[in-house]
Amino acid sequence: MRVMLVDDSKTMRNIQKNILTTLGIEEMEEACDGQDALSKVVAFKPDLLLVDWNMPNMDGLTFVREIRKAGNKTPVIMVTTEAEKERVVEAIRSGVNNYVVKPFTPDALSARINETMAKAA
Amino acid sequence: MDAGDIMPFIASAKTVFQTMLATDITPGRPSACPLVPSFANDVSGIIGLSGDVVGMVVLSFPASTAENVVATFAGMEMPVDSPDFSDAVGELVNMISGAAKAKLEGRTVSISCPSVVVGHGHKVQQPSDSLCMYIPFDSPMGRFCIEVALKESVAQSKPASEAA
Repeated sequence: MRVMLVDDSKTMRNIQKNILTTLGIEEMEEACDGQDALSKVVAFKPDLLLVDWNMPNMDGLTFVREIRKAGNKTPVIMVTTEAEKERVVEAIRSGVNNYVVKPFTPDALSARINETMAKAA
Repeated sequence: MDAGDIMPFIASAKTVFQTMLATDITPGRPSACPLVPSFANDVSGIIGLSGDVVGMVVLSFPASTAENVVATFAGMEMPVDSPDFSDAVGELVNMISGAAKAKLEGRTVSISCPSVVVGHGHKVQQPSDSLCMYIPFDSPMGRFCIEVALKESVAQSKPASEAA
C-alpha cells in the first residue's frame, strides 16, 4: 500500500511513518502542505492520504476539495487538532473519508486506517 | 472571560502528554501571569487564537526540560537550535491549543500556525488587555509552564443588539 503523509510538522510525519511501518507499510511519500501535496499526488498515486488541516500555503481541506474536483477518489483520513463537530461535518462534506483527532494513540490511527481501507475495498 | 476558561488548556496539556509521550504531568496552582517567571524559560512555543476569543497560548520550558520532552515526543535526541527541535515544540503547543479550543463551549475559535522562540531566559509578553493566566507543571522530564491570554473579541463581547 502507498500512503502520502501531508502535514507541515516533520515530527508528526515521522510519528505517522513509524506507526505505518509497524502496519507493514513501506511505500510512503511526504508533503509539507496542500500545495506540495498537489504537486506530488498524481505522480505518487497513493492508496491512502493522511492529511492535516491547518497548514501554511494551502490547508488540508482546500487540498481535499481540489483533488476531489479533479476526480481523485483516493481515500483521505484527516489527522488534525480540529475536533469540533461542525469541523468534522465540514471535512466529511468536502470529501474526507475518515477523521482522527490529535493527540492520537498508535492504536487509534491504525484502527482508522484499517477501517478506511476496508470500506474502500 | 474568567479564570475557568483556562481549565480546557490544563486538561488538554495533560491529555497530550499522556497520549503522545506516555507521561503524566502535574499542574500547579494557576495564577495571574507573573512579571518575572519563577524559572528561566529557554524555549517557547506560541499559538495565536482568533475568532470569538482572541489571545495567545505560550508553552515554555527550561532547555533541559525541552530536550527531554522533545526526545520523548520525537523519539530521538536533537539539538535545541535545530529546525526539527522547533518543529516538535510547535506541534506540541498546536495540539494543546487545538484540543483546548474545542472545549471553549459556544465559541468558535481558530488557531494560528505555531511559532517557536529559543533564547535563554526570555519572556513572551502577553497583551495587557487580556486575562493572562500562568499554569506551572511538574513532570518526570522537568518543570515547564503554560501561559494563556484570552479576551472576548469585540463583536462577541457587545450585546446582540449592538453586534449586528
